[in-house]
Amino acid sequence: MAIIWLQHNKIRLALHQLRDGDDPSLLLLHALGERSPATMPAWADAWPGTIHGLDFTGHGDSTVPVGGGYSAEILMADVDVALGHLGASTIVGRGLGAYIALLIASGRPSLVRGVVLADGPGMAGGGVGPVSTSLFALAPVTADHGTAPDPWALIELARDARPADYAASIVRLAFTADAPGAPITVCARFRPPWLEAVAGEPGVAETHTIDEALAFYARVR
Amino acid sequence: MATTITFPSAARPDRRYHVDTGGLKIATYEWGPADAPPVFCCHGGSDVAATWDLLAPRLSSAGWRVVAWDQRGHGDSDRAALYSWDADLRDALAVFDAVSSDAVPVIGHSKGGGLMMQLADALPHRVSHLVNLDGLPSRRPAPDVADHERRRMQAADVEAWLDHRRRTADAQRKPGTLDELARRRARMNPRLSHDWLVYLASIGAREDADGWRWKLDPTMRFGGFGPWRPEWSLYRMPGLAVPFLGVLGLQQEEMGWGTTPEDVRPFLPPGGQLEVLPDAGHFVHLEQPDHIADLVVGLIGRP
Repeated sequence: MAIIWLQHNKIRLALHQLRDGDDPSLLLLHALGERSPATMPAWADAWPGTIHGLDFTGHGDSTVPVGGGYSAEILMADVDVALGHLGASTIVGRGLGAYIALLIASGRPSLVRGVVLADGPGMAGGGVGPVSTSLFALAPVTADHGTAPDPWALIELARDARPADYAASIVRLAFTADAPGAPITVCARFRPPWLEAVAGEPGVAETHTIDEALAFYARVR
Repeated sequence: MATTITFPSAARPDRRYHVDTGGLKIATYEWGPADAPPVFCCHGGSDVAATWDLLAPRLSSAGWRVVAWDQRGHGDSDRAALYSWDADLRDALAVFDAVSSDAVPVIGHSKGGGLMMQLADALPHRVSHLVNLDGLPSRRPAPDVADHERRRMQAADVEAWLDHRRRTADAQRKPGTLDELARRRARMNPRLSHDWLVYLASIGAREDADGWRWKLDPTMRFGGFGPWRPEWSLYRMPGLAVPFLGVLGLQQEEMGWGTTPEDVRPFLPPGGQLEVLPDAGHFVHLEQPDHIADLVVGLIGRP
């Protein structure tokens, strides 16, 4: 399995080629603490084109930075760098990756053909508003390359606020941009407030499984 | 090359060292006697610790040991791969830990004021007094534009930020003479004198073969989007149990929040003081250093 290395600022991102092929492109986003699957998941079997999995910053084979400082927006920019290489793609995101998939659907609608929001770790984030802060230090990473997943990623990306009305407003962004709106499909069964709000927006589809959603997007080019 | 640009009544720190925070080095500075009780000063976004060069000597002559630091990516602190509000808070705490484990007075300007308000909320045992200098964000009135128009602006914001992220791998700041750096800065800080901005540039910029560059990681950029809401910062204020002083400059500037006294008063903690300066802009401690020093010493006293 080939790894394509992409540079995002000071981070070297690992984009794993899970299946060679042509358009349409499918991009998999892992959940909090996970990494790209090593082989193509069974639910992607019927996909007619090329398939890649991205390791987010601090995860898998991508760089583990020193001193933390994670945000959902930075991970959205990881995905944008991958889309810069792949071109327009359909995206499946698990847990945290589902939230990031939603963000990039609104941030770069011209490069996102559709997103599938699936269950996985890190789905809820840090709730819907400001929370009490806990402050502590972790032992410094002394090596050039720390161990993935970065403990700071596990902590910080489980604490970011995900207000329901904010999620709803970014759905509307995905649909009203100048480029054709990226259809959003929710197939996660666990729905924290932000995802409940997404599912309730007009035009957002729901399916029971990822395959079902992908069967739809395979027909949308 | 040594440059010795001075500014009336400004003083460079007496001591400098680095504090390690999770593997990053934070440049830390002190003014005043090393054995005096400390007071911490936290600068704002895109600024450096030298912003305290006017206030710090005034506080140290009142008997305090003033401690300030360059935030990650700013001044002489390390460039980080990632930047976030939480990371800035942790870096601040590392500096606190390196100096004192007692409850000490804390001063913050702009974003630094918001950071220190959150630190006081999270670690009340580390803060004895809190001063917030024009760092009181408020609910901004919705601009008078149609909903679809606002959405279009927000979409453009996010795309511009993503475009910026794609370019940052080998980005460099634009070089120039100190005069040019000061003039560029004046566009954001129109109320600060050219002489001050040249002085600040002589400290906050470095000289390369092709000119001076601000020591600010070009990766960092203000984003106008995200889930955070300005008023969330104010929510941490009413519960503060330490003597509190907030200062608002009413002259509007690009970097300010446009907060009115009426926005802030309902959230003041018991006994909290709000000082409104009609003739000052965002950098109250640079425009009126004597007045601000008097106000601060009025709150924290003399050791």
